[in-house]
Amino acid sequence: MNDIDRRDFMKLAGLGGVVFASGLGFSPFGTNGGPKALKARMISQEDFYFVQLSDTHWGFDGPKVNPDAQGTLKKAVALVNSLNEQPDFVVFTGDLTHTTDDPKVRRDRMAEFQEIVSTLKVKAVRFIAGEHDAALDRGEAYRRFFGELHYTFDHKGAHFIVLDNVSDPDAVIGAAQLKWLQADLKQLKRDTPIVVLTHRPLFDLYPQWDWATRDAAAVIDALMPYQNVTVFYGHIHQEHHHMTGHIAHHAAKSLIFPLPAPGSTPKRAPMLWDPAAPYKGLGVRDVEAEVRKSKYEITELPVTKG
Amino acid sequence: MNRTIALLFMLTAASGAVTLAASVRTGSPSEKVIRVTAKKFEFSPGEITVKKGEPLVLELTSADREHGFYLPDFGVEAKIKPGAVTRVSFTPGKIGKFNFACDVFCGSGHEEMSGALVVTE
Repeated sequence: MNDIDRRDFMKLAGLGGVVFASGLGFSPFGTNGGPKALKARMISQEDFYFVQLSDTHWGFDGPKVNPDAQGTLKKAVALVNSLNEQPDFVVFTGDLTHTTDDPKVRRDRMAEFQEIVSTLKVKAVRFIAGEHDAALDRGEAYRRFFGELHYTFDHKGAHFIVLDNVSDPDAVIGAAQLKWLQADLKQLKRDTPIVVLTHRPLFDLYPQWDWATRDAAAVIDALMPYQNVTVFYGHIHQEHHHMTGHIAHHAAKSLIFPLPAPGSTPKRAPMLWDPAAPYKGLGVRDVEAEVRKSKYEITELPVTKG
Repeated sequence: MNRTIALLFMLTAASGAVTLAASVRTGSPSEKVIRVTAKKFEFSPGEITVKKGEPLVLELTSADREHGFYLPDFGVEAKIKPGAVTRVSFTPGKIGKFNFACDVFCGSGHEEMSGALVVTE
């Protein structure tokens, strides 16, 4: 796991909702063209890692679901800060705040969230909107606090694309953003490592619960010619892995409450807090790339240790 | 004739099915019309039982704000706007219990706003 102290990472795992990723640009984030191509990339790209936190729902109030709703985000921040080696950056993949019909309360929640995450040692923090943040006012308040709803950035050879599939309450990417995406992709080489960060799944995970993005197929069509594409998202409050051809999709857990497995219950209602097993149903995914050995290891870590 | 209708209504009410009787009516002779009301954060009725092969019309209305009605197993997707009736016609061709949900984000209870269409033989 590079130079990261594994015990530090296990502490993160204990809270859930945090994703570790390393070796971007190499499998398991997509196909890689074989050992020769890997070696070529090793020369031009550095390994790195980032931490993904998702669905923090700041402002949520439901003691039966999470009696520590006011403390969970702060604990997550403290744990990230306690890592011996800090991540290159932190991403929040949507639903930073819990929605409200009151615009003032929405802004208050965003300000409080912003204040809490400003205590992260890592100052490179990337935000992605969820429908709870942006759907009721089409992202007006979100933009004021966190910036644009879709954008790109590059980091050590990887190209990150943040897609907004929430500010339209119909949960679509929309023609304008799709055109922007296509123009951005045109500038890239076919083997550029691409990481898509978004909130909702970019495939029909379970449309019956609206766990989908209506025009996701158009996004996938645009991404399909690129050899190394990985999607990190949130929304479903549980770990989930899916492949669309060679494109990998990884859902992160929530930092507020888990949701049931797709279709496993009549309603997609939050799972109740179990006092006997706090954070039950939460956990974390460790994706570890040993590039030099062309060996890739995915470890699913339970929440409770011991 | 009127007395017969009144008697039928009383019997229906006595059987506890008055809500269903009030929300279901017959359109053309072969189709069943069911009125569904959406409001934060539920559909009423939340469970709709119909027969396979029976043409169905859902009359969707909203009691508060815009909602959506999404029943992917039958390719049904509709917007429900306040002050208007959205009519959706289809014929269920398979039996089972099929979830529908609001697919227009409508607030803090949106995720739980769902229901089921039960199709019997």
